[in-house]
Amino acid sequence: MASRDDIKFLSNPNLGQNRKKYCRFRKYGIKHIDYKDPDFLLQFINEQGKILPRRISGNSLKYQRKMATAIKRARHLAMLPYVADLLK
Amino acid sequence: MKQFEVTFIVDPVLSGDELKSTVGTYTDMLKNEGCKIVAIDELGLRQLAYDIKKRSSGVYYTIEFQAETGAIIAKLELALRRDERIMRFLTISLDKFGIKYNDDKRNGKIGKVKEKVKAKEEQPEAKERKETQAPVVEENQVESTEE
Repeated sequence: MASRDDIKFLSNPNLGQNRKKYCRFRKYGIKHIDYKDPDFLLQFINEQGKILPRRISGNSLKYQRKMATAIKRARHLAMLPYVADLLK
Repeated sequence: MKQFEVTFIVDPVLSGDELKSTVGTYTDMLKNEGCKIVAIDELGLRQLAYDIKKRSSGVYYTIEFQAETGAIIAKLELALRRDERIMRFLTISLDKFGIKYNDDKRNGKIGKVKEKVKAKEEQPEAKERKETQAPVVEENQVESTEE
């Protein structure tokens, strides 16, 4: 079985490759992050409603800060929860 | 001239006329202080992420205005704080990107831009699917002709 030509890999070789992260605000030219759009901000928080770190979201520092303020403003206006369980 | 934006949540128990009069009091107040109202945006009734004053929903309003100085903000916030109809408020000053964003949003540009971004992300996947599907169809046809 091992000498069959059509089987080259036991598992998908692309499985372990992690593609490069990028800052989506820089890539798509988003200059202002709206705090009144909770659906958009939902991408940057985890299930417990915590803000994701830069190493996971891939944001540049400038936009990570802006994003964090936008999330905090949305929380104040009850558009996003301060604490949550099973948010997603 | 600085541009500000105040968002507040009004008690949902109030009737439609009362909601309008609530917003009206603050627009009138700003106008009397010599501010220029840029836009009044009603975001409508929304579910709150957590309860405020034992209410689970609220009506959101946004007033965008231009003021010469920031002195008016203290007055406005004091009035908002004293008002029992207002559940929560937030005032921010807008930078040039914020002003542009709000203008674009009012002119209906923002939604479309987002759709484009999504379409770009979806397109490569769709192409791949088509490629994978196409050969299968051809094979079926070949088989049918052989039969």
